[in-house]
Amino acid sequence: MSSAAHTQLLRDSTLAGREQPQSPAGSMAGTKNRSGLAIAIRGLEKHYDERQVLRGLSLDITRGSFVAIVGRSGCGKSTLLRIVAGLERADGGKLDVGTASCACEQRPDIRLMFQDARLLPWKSVIENVRLGLPRSALPAARAALRDVGLEDRAKDWPAALSGGQRQRVALARALVHRPQLLLLDEPLGALDALTRIEMHALIERLWREHGFTALLVTHDVQEAVALADRVVVIEDGTIGLDQAVALPRPRTRGSQAFAALEDRVLTQVLQQHTERPDAPASLEEQTDALRLATVRWVI
Amino acid sequence: MVQASERSTTWRRFGSGILPWLLPLLILAAWEYAARSGLLSTRVLPEPWAVAKAAWHLVQTGELWSNLKVSAGRAFAGLAIGGGLGLLLGLLTGLFVPAQVALDSTLQMLRNIPPLAMIPLVILWFGIDEGAKLFLVALGVFFPLYLNTFHGIRTVDRNLIEMARSYGLSGWRLYRDVILPGALPSILVGLRFSLGLMWVLLIVAETISSSSGIGYMTMNAREFLQTDIVLVGILLYALLGKIADVAAKGLERVCLRWHPSYQ
Repeated sequence: MSSAAHTQLLRDSTLAGREQPQSPAGSMAGTKNRSGLAIAIRGLEKHYDERQVLRGLSLDITRGSFVAIVGRSGCGKSTLLRIVAGLERADGGKLDVGTASCACEQRPDIRLMFQDARLLPWKSVIENVRLGLPRSALPAARAALRDVGLEDRAKDWPAALSGGQRQRVALARALVHRPQLLLLDEPLGALDALTRIEMHALIERLWREHGFTALLVTHDVQEAVALADRVVVIEDGTIGLDQAVALPRPRTRGSQAFAALEDRVLTQVLQQHTERPDAPASLEEQTDALRLATVRWVI
Repeated sequence: MVQASERSTTWRRFGSGILPWLLPLLILAAWEYAARSGLLSTRVLPEPWAVAKAAWHLVQTGELWSNLKVSAGRAFAGLAIGGGLGLLLGLLTGLFVPAQVALDSTLQMLRNIPPLAMIPLVILWFGIDEGAKLFLVALGVFFPLYLNTFHGIRTVDRNLIEMARSYGLSGWRLYRDVILPGALPSILVGLRFSLGLMWVLLIVAETISSSSGIGYMTMNAREFLQTDIVLVGILLYALLGKIADVAAKGLERVCLRWHPSYQ
């Protein structure tokens, strides 16, 4: 049908993405009126060889919301994110991101943060942030670095940064493109607990300022409840729980409402496992779950 | 106490500066003594002082420079031809799977032939003029560069390529910003191997037959039993090899300054 119209649309969005960083305002101004992309997923299917990873998964995400996807290892949450990012193709179902259907095209309004920072070690921090943009985007790159509090490290090599700083650079690199949808694939999984809490505050602040839609994949239930408007638990390739999180921001981890929600989600994540003892889970995972459960009850 | 520790660091710095030179100097002194006392015949090994005098004489007559220029010209022309081809073919087979399928097994087979085994054939093909020397050097330096370029490109982090693609890099920009810098450490290792081989092959090529160059100078001196000039030639090769190695190391230091092991 309208493959020409589709291309036109993509081109328009490309132009928008390219122009934005060169705007003289440089920083956050002019983004308030943009409120991210909506995502509509209908009956998404994906399998690797014999193994079914996604089984008819359907999910609607409203513009500008922060949704966390939680699940056990191998439940298909990362696969879902990679399909939305256009890194992998679904075997069936329908996926609409914004107004265009998200095929395997790379769209400048969608940016992905990986679990490892994936900075190019041979480019300075500022050049990493500017990746894929013309020279004229340097002020915007600097502004993005200032946003994540690393302006003074602009000339350093990535090898000289700590793990948390690297992830902040990766965050700046994603934000400089003014994405309308930011996908976060367990970006804090490799960081220590304190750095993680700092990063939560940073991500939350930038999400509020920039107004993009955020989709976070994580196995840390506390992280999900701390950040998201809505926590979706994926079990066995479909949605097991869809929990709205109506806590006021900034959220205090110690509060009763927080703990109750966290507990609810955690129970759901763990329950699936106890219900299906034949489910393929490693011994390590089982002990992990056991430990988590005991800790919860003891406290 | 502060003073003592300062003194010990100065001593350490001084020691690490002078220690590597101690053994060569001792050998030189022993050699000079043996030659002067008659323990060592000049026919076998002339005294170091005589070697130095011979070198000075060659510099003054201009013989040294003209031979050196010829030799260096041959070496670098061979490196440019063989190394350039190795780099290009390595890039080709590393980037394009069809090229790898078509070329790599053949090249891996040819790689196992020692370049020096080609000498009889090379003499038949090119006679004994410049072409033969260039061919030998080029053939020798080709394989280290080809193999390391190919290997370097194939081992570039897939995750980085995936990331760069998702940030809109493709074609030439992906190649320039991600693949080539990722392969560079391996390519430079290939270059260092090539530089080592370059001199070895040049020496052999020049000793077989030539009418100029350092190899010619030493072979000519051998005919007249001028052991001092032979030694000047040998030491010159050592010096040239060392210079090439230092240059390659410097290049690594500049090109890989982002690498944690160079910081």
